[in-house]
Amino acid sequence: MSIQTIEDTKVKAFPAKPAAVIAFTARARRRFDPLAIAGKLASALVPPIVVIALMLVVWQIACSSPTSSLPPPTQVWNEAYDLIAHPFFDNGPQDIGLAWRVLISLQRVAIGFGLAAIVGVALGALVGQSIWAMRGLDPVFQILRTVPPLAWLPLSLAAFRDSSPSAIFVIFITSIWPIIINTAVGVRNIPEDYRNVSRILRLNQFEFFVKIMVPAAAPYIFTGLRIGIGLSWLAIVAAEMLTGGVGIGFFIWDAWNSSRLPDIIVALAYIGVTGFCLDRLVAAVGAFVTRGTTAK
Amino acid sequence: MTAYLKLDHIDKSFARGNQVSEVLKDIRLTIDKGEFVSIIGHSGCGKSTLLNLVAGLTKVSAGAVLLEDKEVDSPGPERAVVFQNHSLLPWLTVYENINLAVSKVFGRSKSKAERHDWIMRNLDLVQMAHAKDKRPAEISGGMKQRVGIARALAMEPKILLLDEPFGALDALTRAHLQDAVMDIHSRLGSTTIMITHDVDEAVLLSDRIVMMTNGPAATIGEVLAVPLARPRRRVELSSDRTFLRCREAVLKFLYERHRFVEAAE
Repeated sequence: MSIQTIEDTKVKAFPAKPAAVIAFTARARRRFDPLAIAGKLASALVPPIVVIALMLVVWQIACSSPTSSLPPPTQVWNEAYDLIAHPFFDNGPQDIGLAWRVLISLQRVAIGFGLAAIVGVALGALVGQSIWAMRGLDPVFQILRTVPPLAWLPLSLAAFRDSSPSAIFVIFITSIWPIIINTAVGVRNIPEDYRNVSRILRLNQFEFFVKIMVPAAAPYIFTGLRIGIGLSWLAIVAAEMLTGGVGIGFFIWDAWNSSRLPDIIVALAYIGVTGFCLDRLVAAVGAFVTRGTTAK
Repeated sequence: MTAYLKLDHIDKSFARGNQVSEVLKDIRLTIDKGEFVSIIGHSGCGKSTLLNLVAGLTKVSAGAVLLEDKEVDSPGPERAVVFQNHSLLPWLTVYENINLAVSKVFGRSKSKAERHDWIMRNLDLVQMAHAKDKRPAEISGGMKQRVGIARALAMEPKILLLDEPFGALDALTRAHLQDAVMDIHSRLGSTTIMITHDVDEAVLLSDRIVMMTNGPAATIGEVLAVPLARPRRRVELSSDRTFLRCREAVLKFLYERHRFVEAAE
């Protein structure tokens, strides 16, 4: 309101050049209006905050009776306060903050998912390019992709004889299928004109892959990567529950074995937020890389 | 004297399962260096197929395409194509699109600075230097086609192949681009084959007009020489006798003797 008044006075004070003054204030208002920004923020933030608050209230009421098997939010806050307030504490090998555990799990995801991205895009390109590779490999992929992540774990434990590479392998084998399939669809959908351009220029296989295929299929590839990162985050938590170590998945298993239910609930929140951030990160990278590609 | 480009008894048929459909039959044509030839015919007569055969994008079933007495059966930059829908790569800027062609064709023979000058010269030729950092999505259809022409010219082709280059453009933009193509042809003397279905365009631009009969098994029905002096100006030509006579000849061929029968498809 105060801004409004000052602008009004300005206009009145210099009546000789009203147009210039109006133009200036109009532009200024569009750029720096704190009310508009606050309004946008509020419309984005208030609804989820209200919903979360309501959920907490319902949860509190539902779990408040002394016979309740699950802890209410107040008990979670009191008993797991250390985990919530200090994500980065480090008191020795098995007593570290949840942020550290998430980072260790993320490191495994980074290796497994990174390998899956490289191998997946390469295999997807092969399947998309060659009709015979597709006929041979596609049925195999379609069957293997339905195998649940944890079903791979015993085999990989037998093969690698160590928990950490086994967990990474489970991530790899879980996230690779959507990457392969989406890349293949993207490569198959490359317009014939782009292929003709590359044939006239006599681009070799490698040049075609780097300069035409990957950019043209990028929107599809990133769809696959986004599904893949979500699946690998699902898989790592489950795999770590079984393989042990210091990841966030094992933390939940450990908390369950020592009946620390509030800790599990806090860990769930960490996992959810991290998974959300991973998804948004890949989506943002995809939007940045494929800018201009989708527009014809 | 042997011809620069020779289409020697070309047949083309496509096999789909057991069905073999004959598209082109016994195409015979010679084109001299520096000549501008249009190929005109009703849609579905195989004129785009013919251009693809010359480009090497599809293979002939019988006969041969001879360029300077050498058979060509695969695509290459010495037969550059300007596609109907420009087919610029949307993730590259105008400059980068042409650079892709230039660095592939002249990567060894020209230095980096020379390649840059060559790209800019070709962009100047189509008056698109001002938009060199724009992406294809940010420029108009006519401008995209100009860039497509610049990309083809930048390959320094022996033959320039235009596949209905102005088909998707509005009439005014089309006229501008026709003038640009005439101007470039007079400056560079590039041997050009253009596919079109526009009679005025064919007469205005060409030294000879190749008229195709209807498919299936289409062939060359007639070849008309256009004895108009260059440079040609569209406004003056609109009442020129020779122009009108050529135009009438093409129209008669297309609409009287080889009328397009939809049911025949």
